[in-house]
Amino acid sequence: MDIIVCIKQVQDPDIPPRDFKVDEEKMDVIPPANVSPVINGFCENAVEAAINLMEEHGGKVTVMTMGDEKARDGLKKCLAMGCDEAVLLQDEAFEGSDAFAIARILAGAIQKLDSFDVILCGRLSSDWSYGTTALALAEALDLPSVSQLQKVEKTDSGLRCERALEDGVEVVEVSTPCLLTASNEINTPRLPSVKGILMASRKQIPVWGAADIGIDPASVGKEAATFEVTKFYKPVFDGNCEFIEGESLEEAAGALALRLREDKII
Amino acid sequence: MSNNVLILAERAGDKLALVSSELCGIGRKLADEKGGSLVALLLGGAGTHELAKGLIALGADKVLAAESDILDGYTNAAYLKVINAVLGEENPNILLVANTSMGRDVAPRLAFRHGASYAHDCTDLSIEDGMLAAIRPVHGGSAISHVRSKTDSLSIASTRAKALPLADIEEGREGEFMEIGVSVDADEIRMNFVEAKKVEAEGVRLEDAEIVVSGGRGLGGPENFEYLQDLAKVLKAAVGASRAAVDAGWVPTPMQVGQTGKIVSPNLYIAVGISGAMQHMVGAGPSKNIVAINTDAEAPIFQRARYGIVGDYKKVIPALTEKCKELMDS
Repeated sequence: MDIIVCIKQVQDPDIPPRDFKVDEEKMDVIPPANVSPVINGFCENAVEAAINLMEEHGGKVTVMTMGDEKARDGLKKCLAMGCDEAVLLQDEAFEGSDAFAIARILAGAIQKLDSFDVILCGRLSSDWSYGTTALALAEALDLPSVSQLQKVEKTDSGLRCERALEDGVEVVEVSTPCLLTASNEINTPRLPSVKGILMASRKQIPVWGAADIGIDPASVGKEAATFEVTKFYKPVFDGNCEFIEGESLEEAAGALALRLREDKII
Repeated sequence: MSNNVLILAERAGDKLALVSSELCGIGRKLADEKGGSLVALLLGGAGTHELAKGLIALGADKVLAAESDILDGYTNAAYLKVINAVLGEENPNILLVANTSMGRDVAPRLAFRHGASYAHDCTDLSIEDGMLAAIRPVHGGSAISHVRSKTDSLSIASTRAKALPLADIEEGREGEFMEIGVSVDADEIRMNFVEAKKVEAEGVRLEDAEIVVSGGRGLGGPENFEYLQDLAKVLKAAVGASRAAVDAGWVPTPMQVGQTGKIVSPNLYIAVGISGAMQHMVGAGPSKNIVAINTDAEAPIFQRARYGIVGDYKKVIPALTEKCKELMDS
């Protein structure tokens, strides 16, 4: 089973809230100093799911991302986890692309690769939460798609997928080639092994630009974006928490119950 | 291109889902601002025609209902085929879906196909200079982004559950009702629905609960959820959890409150051993009153709480449970 995984690097979502800063003028996040970007959590689940399918059924896994030189580190990690090949999509024309333009770029790159059975992506990115790129890519390539997977199994005719819903699961069978998006329930991504890191360091990562994948620069980038950001800020919370204290925690707990009753909350 | 607003309503079993009402409410407002009609679309298996008529009382001027066995279980491809046909026929200026496992699964594909803009997970929508404008919490809720569509043709948005008010119900309101034909061939959609399994939590449902007691990583282990269950029983509350507790395997996914879990809006939310990461607050934020119990006085949860106790929950919760029991019995 040949699989393509599309990943995204994001600002580490686990930084302390006080280190999260925004530039309201530039309407962007100020990256915290000395904190490297990480692979988006759901994307890492997608990489793990791809490697699992490959280990069970054979084939190869190709990972790709669009980004600057830092994105190379994310691809290296995926190679170290067990992906076979990686491609970096990089071009000045790509900068500021919205999710639809990124889908066009990924589609262009995928059409340049050999045939594949499955494309795997994460269900959502933790930074801008567009929730769009993967499914727009499926539309661009006219592939059937199943999103937010918590389980996937190969069957005689295709794949049996379990979607993680808010209140249960939905089971769908889909033919290949297809596009799937991974939810966090699907697996726990492995850590790269020392051997994996060594092997990854020897692998070349080709860089493809707009001309390599037949993308008209005017169809991507900031100008082609379908939405413009008009305002960007951190929400303010009043922080008027009343701390309830007492001689002991038990006493404080009792006082809390009384307050909730006085306020008619309980 | 019309000035109409189309909403993708949803069923919840044999009722209209609450998100349908939220969509009708905001859809009505936007349609009035645009000077267009509100058109509502409902897809599903048996009973969809009858249910769809209820959307008129919620503010729809025109209701389209697609009822077919092939739409009984949700599949992306079959639903897309029907919705694409409706978009071609109706030419709305705006399409609104709910940010649900169905809405968020169809919207990006529809937007790409129709060259539309798409704003995901919006907490408010308006019309600015004739364009659809949206407020979107991003970076897990750590920042708020205001965006505006750059296209005056189709704009699509998904709305976050419980962020927008329910529509006013106007019994006897008149509107147009249309059954639409479904010509989806099982062979052409390249996928088929097998089954849906609902995981029902014991006791009170999280989404409906007036009080929620929720536990996080700070509980230390799955067995300690018993402390919360005891309190929940006394308060007739539902028990929830942060993603950290779910990821650790302590409790099942349907108990998760947060960005990728459930969004709850109880009168009282008691957060125990939960630091209050933004991703969690996306789900717990709509609560009217938050009480936090945490050993770390610096935990962000206290910035969102009305009352807080800094200390070991193993001492606080049993005493709180006992006092509440006394108060509830009196």
